[in-house]
Amino acid sequence: MKADHQITAGFMPLLDSALIVAAKERGFAEAEGIDLTLARETSWANIRDRLAVGHFQVAHMLAPMPIACNLGLTPLASRTIVPMALGLGGNGVTVSLALWQQMEEHGARNDLDAAANGRALKAIVEKRVQAKGTRLRFAVVHPHSGHNYELRYWLAACDVDVERSIEIVILPPPLMADALWAGNIDGYCVGEPWNTAAVAQSFGHIATCKAAIWRSSPEKVLGAQERWAESHPEPLSALLRALYRAALWCAEPANREELARLLSSPTYVNRPMEWMLPALSGDIRVSTEKIVRVDDFFVPHAKAATFPWKSHALWFYTQMVRWGHIGHDKANETVVRNSYRPDLYRAALKPLGVALPGANAKVEGALKVATPVGSSGASLTLGPDGLFDGGLFDPDQIDAYIAAQARPPRP
Amino acid sequence: MTLRALTVLVIDENRLRASIIETGLREAGHQNVTIIHDINGIARRIQDINPDVIVIDLGNPNRDMLENMFQLSRAVKRPIAMFVDRSDVASIEAAVEAGVSAYVVDGLKQERVKPILDMAVSRFNAYSRLQRELDDARSELESRKLVERAKGILMRSKGLSEESAYALLRKTAMNQNRKIAEIAQSLITAADLLDSGTGPGTGDDR
Repeated sequence: MKADHQITAGFMPLLDSALIVAAKERGFAEAEGIDLTLARETSWANIRDRLAVGHFQVAHMLAPMPIACNLGLTPLASRTIVPMALGLGGNGVTVSLALWQQMEEHGARNDLDAAANGRALKAIVEKRVQAKGTRLRFAVVHPHSGHNYELRYWLAACDVDVERSIEIVILPPPLMADALWAGNIDGYCVGEPWNTAAVAQSFGHIATCKAAIWRSSPEKVLGAQERWAESHPEPLSALLRALYRAALWCAEPANREELARLLSSPTYVNRPMEWMLPALSGDIRVSTEKIVRVDDFFVPHAKAATFPWKSHALWFYTQMVRWGHIGHDKANETVVRNSYRPDLYRAALKPLGVALPGANAKVEGALKVATPVGSSGASLTLGPDGLFDGGLFDPDQIDAYIAAQARPPRP
Repeated sequence: MTLRALTVLVIDENRLRASIIETGLREAGHQNVTIIHDINGIARRIQDINPDVIVIDLGNPNRDMLENMFQLSRAVKRPIAMFVDRSDVASIEAAVEAGVSAYVVDGLKQERVKPILDMAVSRFNAYSRLQRELDDARSELESRKLVERAKGILMRSKGLSEESAYALLRKTAMNQNRKIAEIAQSLITAADLLDSGTGPGTGDDR
């Protein structure tokens, strides 16, 4: 069969490239008439640049990245839209064994608990500041990443003065574990399998995870060059349907081993298959001795995991404002709102007769239990989606949310 | 009015390519050129060098870290933007195509930086061409070695002269519409299998 559409997608070697990889390798793209080429990249900057010049039509992107592009925060940018998310969750925070030992002395728990482990970290940070010692150094993959914003949210909610009492540096995901081993950093927040990598090699301990900080929260998205998306509605719709079916396939426990094997191959993540399994099964090996069950560690399909909620985009925007990446005004807020495109998602998936959320945005953190919600098509269940500190984000109350998080001016 | 000479920093882990660019810059009259191969301690180096233009290889896995650093005023005294002019789409495409990115300090005149970027692009392309030629030469040499070995096998097994052995290889390749090196490779693989696979218990007979 000759393909109707040629699409090239950039991706980074991470477990949450699963949907894109499965769409190609399991034939979902081909079935939609797409000849899908996947190109592995070495940096998010390359993904952004190659999307901008049209080498890629779409890419595996950090959820805040397209927003940063459209707000003009990046050195090179073209208008990038988000017609689909690529699952929920998938990150962890890993610390060195030395730091974990100190954290345990301050009440840290071996069960990924964000509150207890954040408090322990706060105590250590405090001591270091008092002793005028070196600050703890954490790495994240990009300034405009879910990792950076969730690490900061977690620590700030535990009363850590993020800007002054710790240091946050940028490192590419595959180098995180090596940097921890070499003692260049004390901890990091990254997607799988790069947390498991440190535990498997016996020099790291997973302290908490994205699902513990904010359950069912956004992580990677499909970024599409706006110019291409507007002039190629058919190929884009076909790709979204292929990715939706890929998400269903990834979510099926019977396919777990095959997915792990696919991802571990040299073309994709190029690391042992055993490193892929914890995130896919939810049995997270937090240390060499202990496995913790996390039901929502990585969610490829359930809970509308591929729906591009505008409230997700807006939450990232509030954090960009909070940490000084951008100023808040109505024009910026509008740019952010228009970056995520649930309308394109609905238009593409409607023919499949699947469950589609009725709303474009929701109050984040409001669902304490799994809740059936208004949807078109089949029935849809969302949540639980709580933030560990009980926080709520109402996208209709954005000014109040930003004001409440404003940092006191520096003395 | 004489303009202050620009300070150019080239960050490239590939030493050969970096020196090709350095030579080009010096030939173009840029004397303040620094090359960094290793990104260890780079924040401090950049602070000391205080570059006007930074050229980076797109394959560098630390680009995200470097960009973040350029945007932090602590490491770099003046904010740095990527490329000369965002609206110059052709230049941007040429650079990404060549695998190079350039960052310049804010406010630097476009006409002063454009030649540097153009030079980096053409040198990156020249390097890729050189690399391709080297790869081709290497695979050419490999092919020749394969054909020599395959000829030897045919000469021994079929008692052919060197000339006839080559003719047989060529004829087979033409009949199957494949490259002569491919035929040689399958012949060698088959011969290797037969040599070692004489069946269980016979391994030490020879």
